[in-house]
Amino acid sequence: MNFMDYFNAFWVGGLICALVQILLDRTKLMPGRVMVLLVCTGAVLGFLGIYQPFQDFAGAGASVPLLGFGNTLFKGVKEAVKDEGFIGIFMGGFKASAVGISAALIFGYLASWVFEPKMKK
Amino acid sequence: MIQRTKGAQSIAFSESPYIMSSASVVGKKESEGPLGKYFDMTDPENLFGEETWEAAEGTMQKEACTLAIGKAELTPEKIRYLFGGDLLRQGIATSMGLESFQIPLFGLFGACSTSGEALALAAMCVAAGYGEHMLAVTSSHFGTAEKEFRFPLSYANQRPLSAQWTVTGSGAFVVGNKKSHVRISGITIGKIVDYGLKDSQNMGACMAPAAADTIAVHLQDFEREADEYSRIITGDLGYVGQSILFDLMRKKGLDIMKNHMDCGMTIFDQQTQDTHAGGSGCGCAATTLAAYILPKLEKGEWKKVLFVPTGALMSTVSFNEGESVPGIAHGIVLEHC
Repeated sequence: MNFMDYFNAFWVGGLICALVQILLDRTKLMPGRVMVLLVCTGAVLGFLGIYQPFQDFAGAGASVPLLGFGNTLFKGVKEAVKDEGFIGIFMGGFKASAVGISAALIFGYLASWVFEPKMKK
Repeated sequence: MIQRTKGAQSIAFSESPYIMSSASVVGKKESEGPLGKYFDMTDPENLFGEETWEAAEGTMQKEACTLAIGKAELTPEKIRYLFGGDLLRQGIATSMGLESFQIPLFGLFGACSTSGEALALAAMCVAAGYGEHMLAVTSSHFGTAEKEFRFPLSYANQRPLSAQWTVTGSGAFVVGNKKSHVRISGITIGKIVDYGLKDSQNMGACMAPAAADTIAVHLQDFEREADEYSRIITGDLGYVGQSILFDLMRKKGLDIMKNHMDCGMTIFDQQTQDTHAGGSGCGCAATTLAAYILPKLEKGEWKKVLFVPTGALMSTVSFNEGESVPGIAHGIVLEHC
């Protein structure tokens, strides 16, 4: 770990968010569609072998945004197909993303015990 | 029988029913807006003592009705029929909130035009002699509307600039045959107008064609000029919808720029309140009418007003299935007397 790791993670992650913000502001795409678009793009970039080197460079800046989730899904499927064959197509994605999804659900649920949704300002 | 129908879509009452009283209950943001000091009741928590936004909306309706009935010096038993509606599925704010009154109920849905629909039906009932006093009520709540039509508040999505802010508020009106200073002299019931727009975040644009249609038909039915009215007041077209309305009216050869007002643009301060294109929701037109428009008519500051609440007739299902958002608008003629 050195300073450049942090620096690259921040500017890459920030750049991805800024680009997506343009999509939200300038197009009529609903937020849900934008999210699906990101996941699919991440999976495709993973398949093309582009995302992994990018993630090695930017670290959390590339793995935390939804693009990284798409890449994780693809990676999981690829490995499961290697180990399990055809059935791996249906297994790998869920296995690889299990920690992230479960964490989101569990922490989301815990947070809902403590906090009430408030009106927007 | 006396001929009371007028033109294609209107009624001119031979004996006008009166708006005997009105009441408005609003949330925190509305109470901080330009009309803040005119509303009857507010709750800084926006929950009105309830646990959920839905129950809060029902309670707002109940409070608004209680206040309106009280101001008319009546009791719930003296109200013959109640005309109520909101934006929620199956109209639960009305049915849950008004249960305890035990007044015979017509549950209505006209999206944000419901206040006009309720007032029109209440006025028709009184004019026809089906009862002495009717109650018309509508409401909307930012928390319930976001959940119903967009995303729950806990999802924390971003709002585009064309989006409007659903007013947290409820307006109630007692319509009766006892003389007051505001009478409903006529109504024009609107048709469904659909220009094929599909953007649920830009409702002003979806509703403007309906408003333009109703206003034009109204002026034709009553053979009036637009400048006969002190104000022509639309419900919640907002900044985007207003400019579309002006364009459409101009194409019909009518100019309403001088005397037009929009409740959605009046209830919030666009500069300081970050409400983007303006206010919307059933409560927007209803609370502005109760708190701001009716007092001006009572004092005679405005003599004759055409109140045109506008509604976008969409549901989340129709939207998700790619259907367009049709609009509707009803015209109510309110006169100082």
